[in-house]
Amino acid sequence: MSAALTWRGWLLDPAPVSRRQARLGRWFRAWLAFQRNGLAMTGLCVVSALVLTALAAPLIADPRAAILQVLTERLQPPSASHWFGVDELGRDIFARIVFGARTTLIIVALVSAIVAPVGLAIGLTAGYFGHWIDAVLMRITDIFLSFPRLVLALAFAAALGPGIENAVIAIALTTWPPYARLARAEALTRRRAEFIEAAELQGASHLRIILSQIMPLCLPSVIIRLTLDMAGIILTAAGLGFLGLAAQPPAPEWGAMVSSGRQVLLGQWWVSTIPGIAIFVTSVGFNLLGDGLRDVADSRSS
Amino acid sequence: MIVLEHVTVSYGTGTGRIFAASDVSFRVEEGAAFGLVGESGSGKSTVLRAIAGLIPHAQGRVILGGREMSTRRSTAERKMAQMVFQDPYGSLHPNQTVDQTLSMPVAIHRLGDSDRRISSVLREVGLGREHRYRYPHQLSGGQRQRVAIARALVLEPRILLLDEPTSALDVSVQAEILNLLARLRQLHGLTLLMVSHDLAVIAHLCERIGVMSNGSLIELTSADALASGRVTHPYTRQLLRSNRGFDRSGAEIVDAAS
Repeated sequence: MSAALTWRGWLLDPAPVSRRQARLGRWFRAWLAFQRNGLAMTGLCVVSALVLTALAAPLIADPRAAILQVLTERLQPPSASHWFGVDELGRDIFARIVFGARTTLIIVALVSAIVAPVGLAIGLTAGYFGHWIDAVLMRITDIFLSFPRLVLALAFAAALGPGIENAVIAIALTTWPPYARLARAEALTRRRAEFIEAAELQGASHLRIILSQIMPLCLPSVIIRLTLDMAGIILTAAGLGFLGLAAQPPAPEWGAMVSSGRQVLLGQWWVSTIPGIAIFVTSVGFNLLGDGLRDVADSRSS
Repeated sequence: MIVLEHVTVSYGTGTGRIFAASDVSFRVEEGAAFGLVGESGSGKSTVLRAIAGLIPHAQGRVILGGREMSTRRSTAERKMAQMVFQDPYGSLHPNQTVDQTLSMPVAIHRLGDSDRRISSVLREVGLGREHRYRYPHQLSGGQRQRVAIARALVLEPRILLLDEPTSALDVSVQAEILNLLARLRQLHGLTLLMVSHDLAVIAHLCERIGVMSNGSLIELTSADALASGRVTHPYTRQLLRSNRGFDRSGAEIVDAAS
């Protein structure tokens, strides 16, 4: 008890004595604010559960059950031996949902890893330098923004061939423009700030100013936007999977699972509904988490 | 130490051309303190920013410490003159601790020995160890301005440019900051160039004073002359009167151009 109190005191110390303490204290204060938001905590729980499920998938379900076809048991309803029932090829839906979490998380992580750096790089460059650089970069952004997302993703996946990697590229290609705009807007508002002029006066290079002064101010809004977009990314991935353009059978993918159950939807509802619920819960979870993060960021800036 | 020759800053072209500063020339000796006064929009901050090198398209010559400044200044040229900004709330990065703010210039100029430099400069501006790892929002206005002064001093400049360093602070803190600046000037033999609309603040710190109006330097005078009222230009006389408090006679309109 007293040890916990000491830690808390150390973290909330108004006069920290090291860089590490100052940074950890700042994170701890943000965490305290985040904790007070019930919905955000729900979102965090859902997302953590998704990550844990994906990491510990082989411990939760039998890897072979996800692709093993037992045709004599096909379309069995949920029971004690098959919690979420069995699909039309006799595969255990529970195991497929658990391993499908991996597919979903991989897609989400890869898209974020492409979208955030590309959007930040283009937006910050445009906003910081302005003039013709801004004009050129923003027109390119506009072109990408004008493509209908799912259609471009479809065309791309169709041209390069179906598969997770191509689905990721297709989704990323249509997701980065709003990030570039967001980063540009932030860079524009900060460009004339006195602390940027002070850095310039000290002889900081453009690269240093962008990376050390402007980017840290853009990151929170980009991360929040990314979390809120996760739901859309998951849905697009599921949509591509539904159309057979993402993960290929027999690999488990939630969108493809919904698609495979549509023939038997009226008689055997669980085949489509359960992966649908998984997509829904994950999307809502990411949305709630994003909302919570935004609230924390807003309260800190005000 | 500071020589300005025909410095002109204009925006726009043709008939819409606006002169923020036109043909401003003066010189400041090493170790001296020079004040620029004038009302809002008179171009005093523009001149200061041109000296700092923040206005790349400024025309005319700026010579600092015997070296003519080029449009794109080198790192060594940057080190010569540092600036303290008006707004202590806007001039510090909101997400960086005092320590981070002060270590960046040391890293840029590869001065080394960052830890010792930062603690000694903080001591000089009257901040203790407890302030070193705080974020700006954990500091008061006066403390923030001390951090801004420390950031300027950590590069050991020979010239300190001050853009209304006390106007955003309350009166008691203003005096502290002015006394701090006077002490630092003596300690380091700094050349000060201060811009303010407040004659009392300028007269407290500076021996020589330039009066600006509508982008032009209209009178060069001294603090003593100002105190005894020996000024020649009618605009300066009006400025002097308006600074002495509300007075009906100050209501008469004197055109600065006359």
